[in-house]
Amino acid sequence: MSQFAINILFVGGSFALYVAIAIWAKAGSTKDFYVAGGGVHPVTNGMAIGADWMSAASFISMAGLIAAGGYANSTFLMGWTGGYVLLAMLLAPYLRKFGKFTVPEFIGDRFYSKNARLVAVICLIVASVTYVIGQMAGAGVAFSRFLEVDATMGLIIAAVVVFVYAVLGGMKGITYTQVAQYCVLIVAYTIPAVFISLQLTGNPIPALGLFSDHTASGMPILDKLNQVITDLGFNEYTADVDNKLNMVLFTLTLMIGTAGLPHVIIRFFTVPKVADARWSAGWALVFIALLYLTAPAVASMARLNLMTTIYPEGTQSAPIQYDDRPNWVKEWETTGLIQYTDKNGDGRIQLYNDTPAFKSEAEARGWNGNELDVNRDILVLANPEIANLPGWVVGLIAAGGLAAALSTAAGLLLAISSAVSHDLIKGSINPNITEKGELMAARISMSVAIVVATYLGANPPGFAAQVVALAFGIAAASLFPALMMGIFSKRVNNTGAISGMLVGLAFTLAYIFVYKGWLFIPGTNNLPDTPEHWVLGISPLSVGAIGALFNFVVAFAVSSATEEPPQEIQDLVESVRYPRGASNAVDH
Amino acid sequence: MSHDPQNAVDYWKANLRLIVGCLIVWAFVSYGCGILFRPLLAGIHVGGTDLGFWFAQQGSILSFIVLIFFYAWRMNALDRKFGLHEE
Repeated sequence: MSQFAINILFVGGSFALYVAIAIWAKAGSTKDFYVAGGGVHPVTNGMAIGADWMSAASFISMAGLIAAGGYANSTFLMGWTGGYVLLAMLLAPYLRKFGKFTVPEFIGDRFYSKNARLVAVICLIVASVTYVIGQMAGAGVAFSRFLEVDATMGLIIAAVVVFVYAVLGGMKGITYTQVAQYCVLIVAYTIPAVFISLQLTGNPIPALGLFSDHTASGMPILDKLNQVITDLGFNEYTADVDNKLNMVLFTLTLMIGTAGLPHVIIRFFTVPKVADARWSAGWALVFIALLYLTAPAVASMARLNLMTTIYPEGTQSAPIQYDDRPNWVKEWETTGLIQYTDKNGDGRIQLYNDTPAFKSEAEARGWNGNELDVNRDILVLANPEIANLPGWVVGLIAAGGLAAALSTAAGLLLAISSAVSHDLIKGSINPNITEKGELMAARISMSVAIVVATYLGANPPGFAAQVVALAFGIAAASLFPALMMGIFSKRVNNTGAISGMLVGLAFTLAYIFVYKGWLFIPGTNNLPDTPEHWVLGISPLSVGAIGALFNFVVAFAVSSATEEPPQEIQDLVESVRYPRGASNAVDH
Repeated sequence: MSHDPQNAVDYWKANLRLIVGCLIVWAFVSYGCGILFRPLLAGIHVGGTDLGFWFAQQGSILSFIVLIFFYAWRMNALDRKFGLHEE
C-alpha cells in the first residue's frame, strides 16, 4: 500500500469515528449544548480537557520550539502545565459551584454589571479567534503534506467535519469526540517517540531516554547533542539563560493565561459536582503530562537525528551531498518548509549557525553561509520519516496532528458561540428568547464562527501569528484576575472590576503594540522588538503577568474608594465558596 | 446546609491555608528549582545535565500532578469534615 493510501486510511478512519460519535451524541437542549448535560465523569472530562488544551501548538510546534531553544524554552513546558494547579485551586471548583454556562456570565453576575460581562465577552472573542486561526492553519498544513490536497481544500474538509460534530452535538458532541481525539493524538505522539528513544538510547520511555546515554557514542545524549551543535556554531542546548526575570514572567504569563482561557474553564462546567471539578483538573494534567513529558525528549532527539542525517560522518567531516538527501527532505521541500540553496556551489548541504563568532571556522571549511532552512514546525510531523519508521506511523502522525488541531478548534468555537448566543443574544439583545430559540441561535453562531475561522485560517491576518501574545496576554491580564477576585474577595465591586480589567488589558496591549506594531501592522511599532529595547528586559510576550498585577492593584484601589457590593452579591460569593447546595448547571 | 457562620468561616480559612501551602510548593518547583536556583543546583548531575534542567523539563510537571491530587484529596475531606460536601 502506498504512503498516500495509508494516510487516507488513518485520517479518513479517524474522521469517520468523529462523525459517528456526533450522530450518537446529539444535543437536545441548551444544557446539552453548553455543558454536555452536566453529567460527564471526571476522568472522561480530564481526557477531553487534554484534547481541548493540546492544540496544533502543543502537538506540532512545541517540540520544535524546545529543539530550537533548548533549556530556555522550558518555559512552555512549565507554563502550559502549571496553569492547571491554579485552575484546580483558584477557579474551577468555585465556577462549577456557580453553575451557569459561560465565563462572561459569572463576571456579569458577580460584578452586577452588563458592561463587565461585555468586556469579558470581547476579551473572550479576541483571545479565542486568534487561537482558532492557528488551529485551522495547522490543520491545513497537515492536510497539504499528508493528503496531497491544496491547503485551502484541506481546511474546508476539516471545517466540514468540525461543523458536523460541533453544530449538531454542541458541548456533548465535542466532549466525546475530544475523548476519541485525545486517544488518537497521544498514541500518534508516543509511538514514534518510543521508537526514536529506543534507537538512540535503548530506553523505551522517552522521558527517561532524555537523561540516558547515547548508544552510538556512549555519552549522555544531552552531552552528545551539546557537542554536535556547538561544533556547528549553535549555543549549548542545556545552557542557562541570563535574563531570569523575563523567563519567570513569561512562564507566569503562560500559567495565569492558561488558567484564564475560557475554552478550558467551560470544560469544568460539565462535571456533576464540585469535588469532580477538582479531580478533573488532576486527571487533565495527567493526560496532558503524557505528551508534555515526552515532548522535551522528542525535541532533543529529533534535533540530534537531524544533525546526524546531515553530517553522517560526524561534524568534523563533510556534510552529505544534496543528491544523496533522504526522501523526507525531498517531500518536505515540495511544501516549502525545507529550503536548500547551494551557496558555495559544492553540491553538499552545509547546516550551521551562521554567526560572526563562527565566521572564521566556516571560512576555513569553505562554507559560504547556512544552506538548509528547516521550519521548526515540521519536526514532529517529519519525526517518523527522519527515524525511518514504517509507513503506518506516518499515517498515525497525520491523524494525530489533525486530532490535536480539530479538538482545540471545536472547544474554542464552542466558547465563542456560547458567548454570542448566551451572553450577547440571551444576556443583552433578547432576554426572552425561548430555550428552542437559544439552541438555534447557538447553532447558528457556531456555524458563523466556523465559516469565519476557516476563512481566516486560509487567509491569516497579521495578528494570527501572535497567539501567545494576544490569547495568553489577554487571558492573563484581564480574565484571570477578574475571576479570581470575584471568588476570593467580597469587597471588589463593579467599578473596581471593570477599571481593573480595562487597565490590565490596555497596559498589556499597549506594551505589545509598542514593540510588535499597533494592531500588529508592520512598521507601526515605536521601538524595535529586541531585548536591548525592552523595559527591564521584559519581552512583550511576558508582559501579561505585569498587566495582571495592575489589574489587581487598580481593582482593589478603586473598590476601596467606592461602596461595597450589595448584600446579595456578597451572598453569591459565599455560595460559590461552599460546595453544598450545588445543583447541576441550572437553566434559567 | 450548615447555617453555623463560624463553621463556614473556618472551612474557608482551612481552604486558604491549604492553597497557600500548595502554591508555595508550586512556585518552588517551577520558578525556584526550574529557573532561579538552577545555578545552585548545577553541582547535582542528572544524565548529562543538572537537576535544574530536569526540574524545568520534567520535575515541575510531575510535582504539579501530585499537588493537584493532594489538594483535591484534602479539600474533598475538608468538605465532609465541615459538613459542606454535596449530597
